[in-house]
Amino acid sequence: MPGIDIDRAWDLHPRVSVRPEPFGALLYHFGTRRLSFLKDRRLLDVVRNLRDAPTARDACARAGVPVSDLPRYGAALGALARSSMLVERTP
Amino acid sequence: MTAGTPAATRLADLFEYGLDAPICLTWELTYACNLSCDHCLSSSGRRDPRELSTAEAKAVIDELEAMQVFYVNIGGGEPTVRPDFWELLDYATAHHVGVKFSTNGVRITPEAARRLAANDYVDVQVSLDGATAEVNDALRGPGSYDTAARAMRHLADAGVRGFKLSVVCTRHNIPQLDAFKAIADEHGAQLRLTRLRPSGRGADVWDELHPAPGQQRELYDWLLAHGDRVLTGDSFFHLSAYGEALPGLNLCGAGRVVCLIDPVGDVYACPFAIHDEFLAGNVREPGGFTGVWRESELFRGLREPQTGGACAACGFHDSCKGGCMAAKFFTGLPLDGPDPECVQGHGEALLAGRSADRSGLPRPRADHSRRAAPPRRGPVPVKLTRRADLDRPPVSACEENPLAGLRLP
Ligand code: SF4
Ligand code: SF4
Repeated sequence: MPGIDIDRAWDLHPRVSVRPEPFGALLYHFGTRRLSFLKDRRLLDVVRNLRDAPTARDACARAGVPVSDLPRYGAALGALARSSMLVERTP
Repeated sequence: MTAGTPAATRLADLFEYGLDAPICLTWELTYACNLSCDHCLSSSGRRDPRELSTAEAKAVIDELEAMQVFYVNIGGGEPTVRPDFWELLDYATAHHVGVKFSTNGVRITPEAARRLAANDYVDVQVSLDGATAEVNDALRGPGSYDTAARAMRHLADAGVRGFKLSVVCTRHNIPQLDAFKAIADEHGAQLRLTRLRPSGRGADVWDELHPAPGQQRELYDWLLAHGDRVLTGDSFFHLSAYGEALPGLNLCGAGRVVCLIDPVGDVYACPFAIHDEFLAGNVREPGGFTGVWRESELFRGLREPQTGGACAACGFHDSCKGGCMAAKFFTGLPLDGPDPECVQGHGEALLAGRSADRSGLPRPRADHSRRAAPPRRGPVPVKLTRRADLDRPPVSACEENPLAGLRLP
């Protein structure tokens, strides 16, 4: 699965609501009426860090994602971007 | 679309242990209804004097906001006949709780339609159970087709795009699937098909109305051909045992992701399971809805891993999981065995073994049918016994398929 450009700045879509759950989190997009899931807590941390991090790569680093896992997290963020849960922002 | 790391467990498996808050919360605002559908899942008709007041309903909405319940599926009865319906709708959406409501269309005037068009957090579902007045009105009562048709026209004219045309699949309307799709397309609406369950008054007519075995296959093929463009509220997952899994979360969500708040505040595991056996508590208790959802013994039990019982040996158990708990319960089948509509035919065999008069079958806990229309028992010719002033929408539930488009690994 192609990821996003993790060297750019991203954020949650303004109409997306995030609800932490024991397994990770649920996301709901009030515009598209779609649900999505974050399957682990670290991914939730990454997503929460996006707003203040200059790049998605930095958001991953702040959440403690090992460099070897970056492609997987990038792919997960890519899936979120394709369903409009994430949007690019000007840093 | 699922976002996760590849190593993660199957999400459906994680869901089996329940969530901090429901995903598919149905809230039936009133037992009152202008109609009296034969198959009403909540046996509605008359208002219950103990129904939640406006203030109590708002307190529930406050809780839902705090729990981050993304939206509620509002039904009834006919929710729009509650005098505070619009007030509650505005209150919910102002408090970040989206509203999807089911209606038979009776109060969808041009003005109401314009109001709905202006609120981004509301979805409307118009119930129709026949693509022709003949088929629809036999089940939902004289004039109900025209009422729904008028409501759909008003919604389309007001520019409400993508409202839902909601159909409960029966023996009589399975041949009309293409016609339903055409009606939806004509109004810029989306078709939503759900399963007839033997709940509420539906228990009395299920035997004669549920799709015949050959029709199950027809429905399955039709659903596969139309994919994500038709919503199903994940209600046909028992059909996945024909081979290919249908879109959605193949799991009975009762008490795990699904639940019902009824008009008097009782909380049940599923809108199709209004029975003591599935009653978890009441929102008026000190812990409120949150306490019931998180602490009730019933819900905790439902979140334990379930055994497959007689289904465990079946090769399709992984996707079918023995089907619908409510359908088994109200047809008198064991909960850990096959669904009454098991595509392998195991359900039919069990149904055939029941006593002819259906005595001993569980009855719903609450019956608010109009007194003038006493609950019928046993086979009833469907085209008889209609009263012009009766009927209600077969509102649903966990049915808004929040998982549309979601492909689980
Ligand atoms: S009991 Fe039936 S209708 Fe209710 S959640 Fe389970 S499968 Fe769905
Ligand atoms: S035997 Fe059970 S699991 Fe297998 S198809 Fe029938 S209901 Fe589903």
